[in-house]
Amino acid sequence: MGGKEQQSGFPRLHRMGEAGLLVEFGDRLSMAVNAATLAFRAAVEAAAWDGVEESATSLKSVFLRFDPVRLSHDALETALSDLLKSSDWYGVPLPHGRKLWRVPTVFGGDHGPQLEEAASMAGLSPDDAVAQIAQTPVRVLTIGFSPGMPYLGQLPEMFDIPRKTELNPHVPAGGLALAIRQLVLFPVGTQTGWRWIGRAAIDVFGQQAEQPFPLTAGDEILFQPVTASAFEDAWAGVEAGRMMASCEALP
Amino acid sequence: MSAALQILSAGPGLSLQDAGRPGLLSKGLSRGGAMDPQALAEGAALLRSDPDRALAIEMAGAGGTFRAEGADLLIALTGAPMTAEIEGVRLHWSGSHVLPRGATLKIGGALKGSYGYLSIAGLDAAEILGARSAHISGGIGGRLQAGDRLTCRPAPDAGGMMIAADDRFSGGEIRILPSVQTDQFDTDTLARLETTAFQKDARASRMGARMGHEGPGFSSDAHLAILSEIIVPGDVQVIGDGSPFVLLNECQSMGGYPRIATVISADLTKVAQAAPGSPIRFRFVTLDVALSARTSLVKHLKSLPSRVQPRVRHPGDISDLLSYQLVGGVISAHHDAHEEEI
Repeated sequence: MGGKEQQSGFPRLHRMGEAGLLVEFGDRLSMAVNAATLAFRAAVEAAAWDGVEESATSLKSVFLRFDPVRLSHDALETALSDLLKSSDWYGVPLPHGRKLWRVPTVFGGDHGPQLEEAASMAGLSPDDAVAQIAQTPVRVLTIGFSPGMPYLGQLPEMFDIPRKTELNPHVPAGGLALAIRQLVLFPVGTQTGWRWIGRAAIDVFGQQAEQPFPLTAGDEILFQPVTASAFEDAWAGVEAGRMMASCEALP
Repeated sequence: MSAALQILSAGPGLSLQDAGRPGLLSKGLSRGGAMDPQALAEGAALLRSDPDRALAIEMAGAGGTFRAEGADLLIALTGAPMTAEIEGVRLHWSGSHVLPRGATLKIGGALKGSYGYLSIAGLDAAEILGARSAHISGGIGGRLQAGDRLTCRPAPDAGGMMIAADDRFSGGEIRILPSVQTDQFDTDTLARLETTAFQKDARASRMGARMGHEGPGFSSDAHLAILSEIIVPGDVQVIGDGSPFVLLNECQSMGGYPRIATVISADLTKVAQAAPGSPIRFRFVTLDVALSARTSLVKHLKSLPSRVQPRVRHPGDISDLLSYQLVGGVISAHHDAHEEEI
């Protein structure tokens, strides 16, 4: 192992309390580090070790929750070390079963009042910024903070713009916000320091829906620009519990 | 009319709670569930119901007023002791009682601790994502309010049982293990964590509790830049003002503050239940100590049904009860001896 994307000192194992282990693949986000977390978690799930109760990924690590009475720390740490050694996790393909989502999205105006500011910080016109974002399939890097909320990336380098120092008072559900080459899509109205650039017609946490959490880390999303009125129609569908985004299997 | 509990008035922190929804961390949802799982299990034991299906009304700080409709109901009161009465008759906490059809149950403020539990035989609610508990911060379910009506079933027995509840309501020593960033704090800071007298902040919620203290904060170099990482209940984050903040069941799934330690699972309820202002001290222990405490707690929970006993009412039995209190810390044995109760 040791792909060129590997950061020195990683991967690294940490104990997290008496029933958790964290396998950290880096301390900076890169697409390769994130891909390693997705591939490694898929391998952990496939191994289905007796006593492992749950696994999850963050931007840069894989977390395992286990029953320390049934599965000792030593045994699990050995199994994880062996699994780490079995592949170059920074270079392996992403796991199977990922999906590509196409989501009707309105950019700018009342549905994205900070588009112009974000575009100008990226050195682009608003139209060019939207065109750039719309043509970049962004990966669900991880899901978290609030239920179903995806962190999406990475956008081209010009979008490496900082978060605002003050919070936006309110970005509504479906709000799409940008900072540090990433997008986030809010499941519910929230305050954020990220710049609010648009609104996407998908409910990423529909607790009564057939698929309450449609997205999985590793999926990709294309935000397809539509007019404000087309978005509002699509949003009415979302509010009625319908899936307004299309979805296809990724190879 | 079918059996139901009607909520006539509700304190600000009432919600339905069960064991929560473990297993959804990859979707960004913390496990949630009762802040005092032991109280939930004690309630199930008192009602002789399935502990794996236990569901109760969790009451933060204060209860409310409730009326039985359609039938007599069997209730159990557990967790942080609160004042409680049916039609003016004071009730024994950590006990089961019949709430007669049409009668009113009043539950007041907590006498100790933070979270009291009202369990009712046959209490049921719709499942969302595999559980019936509210996850307030995650937007699942919500707080119970006046006017809510909860489906129950007629009382299956006459109540009158009690259980000895250990005191987990006043803070005290909390055992911790190292966590992901512990080694990024210098040894003086870690030593100070163990010697500082903390008080649980009054603004604690189901998401977490800040630990107030005098003196300098507990910062580390790790404060400079940490990429958000998975966090779990028990983790002790050092937040922006330098205070330790213990994450509880309804915490967010990711956080960017450095974690100085993690509370062992057997002591997390003590943090959650400590009343506002309760003294808290942290002490690092070994993994073996944490595991053995975890195993003891599991054993204790399994033994709860066998610890349920009839409430003692004869004067001749009172001395036994008082001596039992000395050993087991029964909360309201004194009230039993001196006050009218049912």
